[in-house]
Amino acid sequence: MPSAPAGTLYRGHEGMWSWVAHRVTGVLIFFFLLVHVLDTALVRVSPEAYNAVIGTYQTPIMGLGEAGLVAAIVYHAFNGIRIILVDFWTKGPKYQRVMLWVVVGGTVVTMAGFLPRHLMNVFGGGH
Amino acid sequence: MATTALAAPRSPYARQKITRSNFELYSWMFMRVSGVILIALIFAHLFVNLMVGEGVKAIDFGFVAGKWASPFWQIWDLLMLWLAMIHGTNGVRTIINDYAERDGTRLVLKLLLYVAFTIVVVLGTLVIFTFDPCPADAPAELLASFCTA
Ligand code: HEM
Repeated sequence: MPSAPAGTLYRGHEGMWSWVAHRVTGVLIFFFLLVHVLDTALVRVSPEAYNAVIGTYQTPIMGLGEAGLVAAIVYHAFNGIRIILVDFWTKGPKYQRVMLWVVVGGTVVTMAGFLPRHLMNVFGGGH
Repeated sequence: MATTALAAPRSPYARQKITRSNFELYSWMFMRVSGVILIALIFAHLFVNLMVGEGVKAIDFGFVAGKWASPFWQIWDLLMLWLAMIHGTNGVRTIINDYAERDGTRLVLKLLLYVAFTIVVVLGTLVIFTFDPCPADAPAELLASFCTA
């Protein structure tokens, strides 16, 4: 295999890693969606069956998993807008790197709004 | 001065169509259009289910019944189901094309993908429209308050 030419714009830089993260989060969300439609389908079986399974979504371990899943969705959504802007906005390619930091910053800010609330619901003694 | 005669080409230049269809172009465009719509659908879904009230702790059969008693959330969830499943399936199709090099592997993986797609979309759609928020044989304390009111 030839080694990577020095000074490539894409390989090993922000462009490549944002794409890797977009791909990984996309697949993760897709597999969760398959499971999520199946667990929701239990409402057609009985209230007891649905409540039993959704109860496992309210445990601390699953609560942390949900936090990770929401973070994956938020990144994928924001980076999706960035991809669209790179494709359709004339200045998109020029600002792709800046836009990645806007995506990362936006993800952090959104999670800062979501996490306290969600963790309080999961770990707080409400129930 | 001698003139060199150039033989006429056997056939005049003609632009050739090298692809059978524009499927990949429409698929590329669909990823972008569905992505923009999915942002609104999914962010509202997450906000209503995880942020409002007690979030995930408040979800049970009665909560779902309360939402699907309204055509608004039925249509919302139906759109989200179809768009996310087509978007996700199309994305995974691209990934299979990228990494599975043998024809047989690609075929098997895509067959599995399309079977999963069909089962989940058909099941999810049926659930939204055949759902009974107040099943007659269920204990009243598990149902939404409007069932007994
Ligand atoms: C929240 C809103 C979303 C936006 C804005 C969005 C946007 C995008 C965009 C622009 C692409 C790039 C397609 C391309 O390069 O041709 C993409 C790829 C992808 N998306 Fe989404 N998407 C969203 C939600 C989802 C959901 C819910 C799923 C899973 C069900 C998903 C799974 C995928 C997958 C698997 C890919 C393929 C990744 C790849 O080819 O590397 N996305 N998305």
